[in-house]
Amino acid sequence: MSASAAAAKKKWSPFDIGAFIVLGLLAVITFFPFYNVLIVSVAKFEAISKSDFYILPLSFDLTAYKLLLEDTKFWTSFLNSVIVTAAGVAFSMAISVAGAYALSKRGMPGRNAMLSLILFTMFFNGGLIPFYLIVKDLGLVNNLLVMIVPAGLNTFYLIIMKNYFGGIPESLEESAKLDGANDLYILYKIILPISAPFMATFALFYAVERWNEWWYALIFISDASKAPLQIYLRETLITSNSMLSLMAQTLAEQRQSAKVYAPALQMAAIVVSSLPIIAVYPFLQKHFDKGIMVGSIKG
Amino acid sequence: MADPTTARAPRRSLGKTILQYKYFYLMVLPILVWYALFSYGPMYGVTLAFKTFNYGKGILGSPWTGLDNFKTLLTDPEFRTAFFNTIVISVMKLVIHFPMPIVLAIVLYEFSRNKARRFFQTILTFPHFISWVVLAGIVMNILSKDGIYNQIAMLFGADPSSPLVDERAFRPILYITHVWREIGWDSIIYLAALAGINPELFEAAEVDGAGRFRRLLSIAWPGIKSTVSVLLILHVGQMLTQGASFEQIFNLYSSPVYSVADTIDTYIYRTSFTVGGDFGYMTAVGVVKSVISLVLLWAANTFAKRMGEQGLY
Repeated sequence: MSASAAAAKKKWSPFDIGAFIVLGLLAVITFFPFYNVLIVSVAKFEAISKSDFYILPLSFDLTAYKLLLEDTKFWTSFLNSVIVTAAGVAFSMAISVAGAYALSKRGMPGRNAMLSLILFTMFFNGGLIPFYLIVKDLGLVNNLLVMIVPAGLNTFYLIIMKNYFGGIPESLEESAKLDGANDLYILYKIILPISAPFMATFALFYAVERWNEWWYALIFISDASKAPLQIYLRETLITSNSMLSLMAQTLAEQRQSAKVYAPALQMAAIVVSSLPIIAVYPFLQKHFDKGIMVGSIKG
Repeated sequence: MADPTTARAPRRSLGKTILQYKYFYLMVLPILVWYALFSYGPMYGVTLAFKTFNYGKGILGSPWTGLDNFKTLLTDPEFRTAFFNTIVISVMKLVIHFPMPIVLAIVLYEFSRNKARRFFQTILTFPHFISWVVLAGIVMNILSKDGIYNQIAMLFGADPSSPLVDERAFRPILYITHVWREIGWDSIIYLAALAGINPELFEAAEVDGAGRFRRLLSIAWPGIKSTVSVLLILHVGQMLTQGASFEQIFNLYSSPVYSVADTIDTYIYRTSFTVGGDFGYMTAVGVVKSVISLVLLWAANTFAKRMGEQGLY
């Protein structure tokens, strides 16, 4: 069968060949747009405009990257995203780990009511306007905290964590309790160390969420100096109302010979902003098949 | 969420039990405060739907207007368009996308080359971790006038076009890009369910002479059926929010395609934050959406239970 080591040594069956072709095609379609981003970002303008099909990286030019890295707005938003990601992960992990651990304690009076109240929020909410008014009343408009605190709890992750903690044998905690440790100490000194890989996965999930954060910024941040990277990208890629497009234009006029193509700049912005995700991706990927999602849907 | 273990604690007063759990209450307090502020606070704010919002007086002080906001809804053509689009886009996404990760998971599971399988999985899950802002930027680049899409179309003699501002092409673009981003990620949960099936069942079936299709039908499908049903209920329950994804549509659409792409969420955002719409009325729009979601969830759950499947609650 599929997973056994013996099967891996077997010949390719007709099914395997068919599956390989279908999956291969799917993988090419999925990956091609990202590949295209990369080659356009390092292409010379002439190369793109001359060839109908710019599919092979036939030219190499880092002007777009140089321009991007000279843009102060890029660095401001990059720094904001770094702050939001670092502080956001710390905040999210602290409250969800503590909450999930407590909620995994079956004997705790009121636990079921709390769980029901939490699950209900997955299916019903007050909508954007009341949410906006509350966040505004809390003074979080134009404040980096808006991307850290209101954004900082994912109910889905919380439930998965709760199920995970519920699966840890209680005897582990009981022996520590006999030695006089309190529950906070047990969580910190016993449960967390043995759960490190599991915790790392969720920290990475939260990190990706915070790094990709733009919705809270769209609604609550109007001050450009507080905008995160995704808002900068939105301006550069979608509304085209950024300094970058202007810079591309001026540069093209200055240097008739080495024109910079606006898409090259846009694609360079995508590459640079996605680098952190690409860097942590192997770690994210490692934990996928471990079945952490299985527990998630058993309430 | 039946809890048989509560019976384990023998006769002890409730007060003592609560005291025994004091550290756990301390740990759960932050998230309870969070839910109270950011989930239940806005739920209270729903009263705004029955009021005319007055900025100076806040939610509490604004004057009541009864059902006026809801009456306006019925005659608002923009709301009707948004409502219709939300339903069409979410239903179509469910119909087109939902079965695909299941098929992918089965193909990946049956595919016996381990290294290649891991490679495909890595590639197919990748787009899930990229924000819609970036993905929309990529899609726009591909579909632009001199993008790769038009280069290929011109090769076949077609005139260059901009599908993103084409009313007929916009929704299919939503469906395709949604599958592109989520198919790999969504298949993981089914792969996990398939991995949970006892391999001996497959071996026994093979010995008995069952072909690949037979094994699929008699072992793999029953093994993941409950997962499929639970996920289907979840998807239906969150259809109007997740299905008509604000992030995806908002980043891809523009005024020429509002008539086919404006959903309840984008309509609320657009009118409240760019035009300065009436907050009381826009809250009513949001309430209608939430209530329909809840009804859908309840209907899907009831239906699944009738079909003999395990429900959500």
